[in-house]
Amino acid sequence: MKRSNEPVFWSLFGAGGMLSALIGVAVVFVTGIGVPLALLVSPDLMQYQNMMGFAQHWLGKIVVFSIIVLFLWHAALRILHMLHDFGIHAGTVARLVCYGLTLLCTLVTVYWLLALGF
Amino acid sequence: MNTQTDKRRPYIRSMNGWWKRDPYFKRYLAMEATSILVAVYALILLVGLFRLSQGEAAYNGWLEALKNPLSVGLHILILLVFIYHSWSWFKIMPKTLASFYFRGEKVPQAVITWIGVAVSMALNLLVLAILAGVQP
Repeated sequence: MKRSNEPVFWSLFGAGGMLSALIGVAVVFVTGIGVPLALLVSPDLMQYQNMMGFAQHWLGKIVVFSIIVLFLWHAALRILHMLHDFGIHAGTVARLVCYGLTLLCTLVTVYWLLALGF
Repeated sequence: MNTQTDKRRPYIRSMNGWWKRDPYFKRYLAMEATSILVAVYALILLVGLFRLSQGEAAYNGWLEALKNPLSVGLHILILLVFIYHSWSWFKIMPKTLASFYFRGEKVPQAVITWIGVAVSMALNLLVLAILAGVQP
C-alpha cells in the first residue's frame, strides 16, 4: 500500500490548532487591538526597534515563525476540507493549490526572518 | 452540480444547503469556518513581517494601517472567532484523543474540555500579563 502523506499535514493542522487555541486570543488582542488603541499594553510595544530586536533574536524568530506558519497550515487543512463539503472535490488540484500556497507562505516567512539577520 | 448522463435519471438528493439541515451541521461549519479568519490573521502578520524586512518607513506604514478603524473592527471580529475556535477546539479534543484514564477510571469528555479551556485561559492571561508588563 502506498504510504499516505496525510499525517504530516494532520500534525501541522493539530499543532496550529492547539497553538491558536492556547494563546491566539491574547496575540490577536495585543497586535490588532491593544497596540493600535493603547489598551492594556504600551502603544510602543511593537515599535520598529523593538520588533527588529525581537525578530533578530532566535527565540523571537521561532515565535514569529510558529504563529504565522502553524496558523496557516491549520487553516489550510480546514479550508481544503471545507471545499469538499461544498462540493469541490479535494483532489490533487485542490490539494496542490491549498498546500502549495501555504508552503509558499512558509518559505517566504523563513526567508524574511533570515533576511532580518541575527 | 449533479450532471445527469444516466438514462434512468436516478434520484440524487441535492446537497445544496446541507449545513442548514441540522444544528449539529451548523456548529460543524462554524467551527470549520473559523479557519478562514485564522488564515487572514496569519496573512496580516506575514505582511507585517514583510514590511519589517523592508525597513522602518515601510513597517511604520503597516503599524499605521493597524490603527485604521476598519482594521480594529476586523481584529475584533478575528478575536471573537479565535474565542470560538478555542472553545470548539477543546470541545472536540476528547473525541480526537484516545480514551483517557485516571486512577483506573475513564476521564469524562466534559472534564477534558474544561481542563483545556482552563489551560487556554491561563496561558492567554499569562501572555497578556507578560506583554502588558513590557515597558519599552
